[in-house]
Amino acid sequence: MTEAVVTGLGVVSPTGLGTREFWSATVEGRSAIGPVTRFDADGYPARLAGEIAGFVAEDHLPGRLIPQTDRMTRLALVAADWALDDAGIDPSQHAAFDMGVVTASTSGGFEFGQNELRKLWSQGGQYVSAYQSFAWFYAVNSGQISIRNGMKGPSGVIVSDQAGGLDALAHTRRLIRKGTPVIVSGGVDAALCPWGWVAQLASDRLSTSDDPGGAYLPFDAAATGHVPGEGGAILLVEDAASARARGVAGYGVIAGYGASFDPRPGSGREPGLRHAIESALHDARLTADQVDVVFADAAGLPELDRVEADALAAVFGPGAVPVTAPKTTTGRLGSGAAPLDLAGALLALRHGVIPPTVHVRPDPAYRIDLVTGAAREIPLRTALVVARGYGGFNSAVVVRKAEPS
Amino acid sequence: MSERRVVITGIGVLAPGGVGVKNFWDLLAEGRTATRGITFFDPAPFRSRIAAEIDFCPEAHGLGPQEVRRMDRAAQLAVAATREALADSGLDIGALDPHRVGVTVGSAVGATTGLDAEYRVVSDGGRLAEVDHRYAVPHLYDYLVPSSFAAEVAWAAGAEGPSAVVSTGCTSGIDSVGHAVELIREGSADVMVAGSSDAPISPITVACFDAIKATTPRNDDPEHASRPFDGTRNGFVLGEGAAIFVLEELSSARRRGAVIYAEIAGYASRCNAFHMTGLRPDGAEMAEAIRVALDEARLHPTAVDYVNAHGSGTKQNDRHETAAFKRSLGEHARRVPVSSIKSMVGHSLGAIGSIEIAASALAIRHDVVPPTANLHTPDPECDLDYVPLTAREHRTDTVLTVGSGFGGFQSAMVLAEPERRAA
Amino acid sequence: MSHTPFRVDDLRRILREGAGADETVDLEGEILDTDFDALGYESLALLETGSRIEREYGISLGDEALAPHTTPRALIDAVNGELAPAPRT
Repeated sequence: MTEAVVTGLGVVSPTGLGTREFWSATVEGRSAIGPVTRFDADGYPARLAGEIAGFVAEDHLPGRLIPQTDRMTRLALVAADWALDDAGIDPSQHAAFDMGVVTASTSGGFEFGQNELRKLWSQGGQYVSAYQSFAWFYAVNSGQISIRNGMKGPSGVIVSDQAGGLDALAHTRRLIRKGTPVIVSGGVDAALCPWGWVAQLASDRLSTSDDPGGAYLPFDAAATGHVPGEGGAILLVEDAASARARGVAGYGVIAGYGASFDPRPGSGREPGLRHAIESALHDARLTADQVDVVFADAAGLPELDRVEADALAAVFGPGAVPVTAPKTTTGRLGSGAAPLDLAGALLALRHGVIPPTVHVRPDPAYRIDLVTGAAREIPLRTALVVARGYGGFNSAVVVRKAEPS
Repeated sequence: MSERRVVITGIGVLAPGGVGVKNFWDLLAEGRTATRGITFFDPAPFRSRIAAEIDFCPEAHGLGPQEVRRMDRAAQLAVAATREALADSGLDIGALDPHRVGVTVGSAVGATTGLDAEYRVVSDGGRLAEVDHRYAVPHLYDYLVPSSFAAEVAWAAGAEGPSAVVSTGCTSGIDSVGHAVELIREGSADVMVAGSSDAPISPITVACFDAIKATTPRNDDPEHASRPFDGTRNGFVLGEGAAIFVLEELSSARRRGAVIYAEIAGYASRCNAFHMTGLRPDGAEMAEAIRVALDEARLHPTAVDYVNAHGSGTKQNDRHETAAFKRSLGEHARRVPVSSIKSMVGHSLGAIGSIEIAASALAIRHDVVPPTANLHTPDPECDLDYVPLTAREHRTDTVLTVGSGFGGFQSAMVLAEPERRAA
Repeated sequence: MSHTPFRVDDLRRILREGAGADETVDLEGEILDTDFDALGYESLALLETGSRIEREYGISLGDEALAPHTTPRALIDAVNGELAPAPRT
């Protein structure tokens, strides 16, 4: 069957703009979590975030795009440019219908929407922007990336909270198998504004700690929630055969995918995560012992950490596979988290290095081999990335290192 | 393995003027309109003060007080439609492996109405820039991320397979169903509960369409305000609604003796890569989506018996779409009946694509083509047979339904009567 | 009640704020008789520009004043026409 290979990475992470900066911070375990600076968070119970510093949209994008875009769209457009560049693809040299865009979103351009809601209710409807009709909606990144790059092929937008980043990659592979050779995929989110903050607080999942080193501690006995962040990654995914034809092996192949939804609360049935992981392995035609590293969802709440640890122990055996959560350096990025983890996993395969989980002292009760302290150098061929969305969405993707052509 | 064919075996619809499949079809077949002056809030400050609203009582659809409290109106509509679709299908979902049952819900704007209302609360009516979390409702995160709609539908259906919201703007209603069809075809699920829902009639939505003059200001004549393909049209009428389908693989549907409404024989989406709201007049990308969808269905353009148009009632759309039909169907475009049910139920953004799939499936079932209401004045640039005013008895085995939306998305789906198609 | 007439610099400022500027166009140059389309402003940008002018100056502009084929000069004239005292009949 047609294989889908990732040939380009565009990273916009709190730990680095661009792959090089991101990867060195990730391997060295440099955290970007700190006090919120984008707005005054002092009055809120949670005050830490993983913010992207130093991003000046005007340096990268046409002036005409700035007034009509939310921050997350600007980040996504730039990440898409970098992914195309990294893959060595010039969209103007490809047939327009042969290129598509699939992105995940969680909350759309929420800051843009906040500003328009404020104008509506404080000044009146005639103050609402002509761009509000699309600048905040979930499809905006797919639409803007397609327009900027002249991509007329099949597109998509998936919303399944944090799991959506993997669902978008799976849909990308589906479109490539159906015959579209080039797809821009991934997710970028940013809702670091008062209104987005209040909505995230309502999940009861944010850490209220003021200690950047102690606020987001997945698989630690002291875990009390997570820190939200902004950013993500855009990946250029291609039909492996057409990538090979232009002499590009790429980073890795999207080898397997599985998804499930948790049973109704109170049903007493097993959570769906194990099923999603097993489906992904089955789809990749791999046995559990062939997986070299797991990039965990790492919710940072005891009950959810236990569900994930139990699923990993059930599939792989207790402590049988190295597990890591580099998102401890960025916070949780909504739909951007899993694409960024995929980028991290592909770079880990390429370099033979498992980046560490920072700040965490693993609770042995979880029975997982969590990579903490320093990065672990080890030959890697396959990685599993796990992502879960609020409400019960579970997704898992297996990536396999691309063999040099 | 032979190709898995996917059919609709259950339908649930909540549309303006048509709550439930029967009422919905009666409205269309009688050519009545459900557009009216906005009653949900005081529309006086706005340019367009018309909408197609549903008189919806969640309790009458079995939603308990807790569910009503935690769900945005669009989620409530989706769950009510899900219940009707499941009952209609006769499928005993409890007897299936829940991991083989998935969910896709389309929505363009998610919980906009809930977010609009809650923003007012936490900002003290817009006065606070640093909104006050102490006034936030506990389910605000479910409004923030509309995948909560898929979660609610999955819980209502007992589904534990692949589940997600598909949010491609105004083509969400087609793309959500198209996505579900592909999951069944590729073997990721055996049954999909799929469709879409939007409930966008709130001040922020009305204001944002006012700002671009996309909605009609024909406030003095709300019943006749939605006029697709008519020379006097001047914008669309905002609507709301939900349609949910039970989709399953053809042979298993036959085995259990299910009523089969239609096969989803082909689907494709393309982008115009041109403008977030603008359309090129040639309709080339919609035409390409139609061509690919027909190709996937292995049908010649002349096999199309009815075209369910996007027909939003903006001049730009109606001309774009007419050009797309001519480009993709050739001479047949001039012979095949084309109509827009948005003339009757308005434009419910991400929901309407699924509501139009329901109308298409029912057209096949009844051999009746719904009309385009309010079409009195021909537009010389829209010169096809738009079935003005009155429904038409017409042998309908194959329907093409299309959608077009902000972001440049263009989608097409082909529905076919599976028995007659096989013959 | 009198208003300062609407000048090209007012238009430049509002265009920049509401719609940004195309890097390939010198907005500070001679733009009065170049149509908006050529200046890089399509219908949506003009709707945003128009509504900003309407709000700031308390006037109402017709659709033609904001079409992509109109020029800054025509728009400025239309705005100033609205700002001028209405002729008594």
